[in-house]
Amino acid sequence: MNFKKILIIIFLFNSIFTKSFSLEPSIFVQSTVNRASDILSKNIIKEEKINQLKIIAKETVDIKGVGFYSLGSARKNLNDNQKERYSKLFEDYFLKSFSSRLAEYTNPQIEVINKEVLNKNYTIVNSLLVATENRPEVKIDWRIYTKNPDNPLIRDLIIEGLSLARTQKEEFSSILNSNDGDINALFETLKEFSKN
Amino acid sequence: MLMFRKLIIVLVTILISGFNANAGSDGELIIKKNQPAEIKDCFETVNRATFAFNQALDGAIFKPISSAYRVLPSPVKSGVSNSLENLSNLVTIPNNVLQGEFKKAGINSGRFVINTTVGILGFINVAEYLGFPEYEKEDYGQSLATMGVSPGCYLVLPVLGPSTVRDTTASVANFIGGDAWYNVTVNNDTQYFSDFDYYASRITSGVDFRAKNFDAIENLEQNSIDFYASVKSLYLQDRQQKILNTNKVIETQNDSDWEEIETQ
Repeated sequence: MNFKKILIIIFLFNSIFTKSFSLEPSIFVQSTVNRASDILSKNIIKEEKINQLKIIAKETVDIKGVGFYSLGSARKNLNDNQKERYSKLFEDYFLKSFSSRLAEYTNPQIEVINKEVLNKNYTIVNSLLVATENRPEVKIDWRIYTKNPDNPLIRDLIIEGLSLARTQKEEFSSILNSNDGDINALFETLKEFSKN
Repeated sequence: MLMFRKLIIVLVTILISGFNANAGSDGELIIKKNQPAEIKDCFETVNRATFAFNQALDGAIFKPISSAYRVLPSPVKSGVSNSLENLSNLVTIPNNVLQGEFKKAGINSGRFVINTTVGILGFINVAEYLGFPEYEKEDYGQSLATMGVSPGCYLVLPVLGPSTVRDTTASVANFIGGDAWYNVTVNNDTQYFSDFDYYASRITSGVDFRAKNFDAIENLEQNSIDFYASVKSLYLQDRQQKILNTNKVIETQNDSDWEEIETQ
């Protein structure tokens, strides 16, 4: 009897727990944007802003996934050691590039307006970056990876229809092509970028 | 009349030389032909050299002018922007017709007449206040693309920047009768306009674009590991969207690559 009770309690606890932590992609995007916006509007030095933005990026972006997407077909030729090395180099590169780009904005206002479920793995969340004196309104779509609904992750930002992940993929492809497909050349470029 | 004949001959020649045998022009085929990854960079060495030249030119001329332009009051900037957009209707309308979009041609003609008259030479976008649908710019390159003509190789033009062989060839149509603004300013000797008006509008258009995207361009340049490749990718993605007249990323992106990436 006691065992049955325990099972029921575990079942109930589990279902409540799962429901309360399953994050709706549009709410996930809005809360991520709000967190970033709070940091950007703080009266702290740029380096501190960058460090705090990096923490948000680590929690909310599928950096490993974006990294392998950016490699394109070249990812199929990597051995396990190279994959590990690449993931580390890409994370450093990505965090630097992403946070430096964001740190230039002061208190950006982003409003989530819609979402479109593509399949069980992907939802596109549509948002608007509100216009300022110097810049017109900008449409930003977020490709959210929802395979694990409890832990949605950002995989791409699509600004006015232009995909950042796709741009990065073509940039990496260009570096590989101009170095006869040598992956070490890409490793060196990523390392140099993160160092500077 | 002679100009119009020349325009027709050039368009027909481009069409014949550019069409593939199957000449399929449905959405999927157009998406495939205009996929940025499918467009070859046959002249990469020359393109990169031209790109470097354009960057130097930008740093010396366009960037400082755009920087100064940005401090103008907002109503002035949006007025200039509106006027330039209004002028672009003169190329958009014939292209709406070439693409078989007769309703859009009618709407854009109405937009042009209202904005030029009530909107004081396009300075005020009255049509927008009246609830006209969002304006979509069209050009001869987009018309050829919708007819199934492949983009050919990627090109970087001096001063003008990124393009493709198809789009560069198609832009010749503007100078042989396809752009009414060019016709009344440069092509024909009218009492009201001069060559200066045309070239001033083109340069202002470049400055307006640079000013609107000032921070984005600076940011991209600082955070790119290959700025040339980034600009090429963004330009080709933008062209693909414009050709399809869509902002829907799912219509233009191939999701299969994403589906292979499993991290959860």
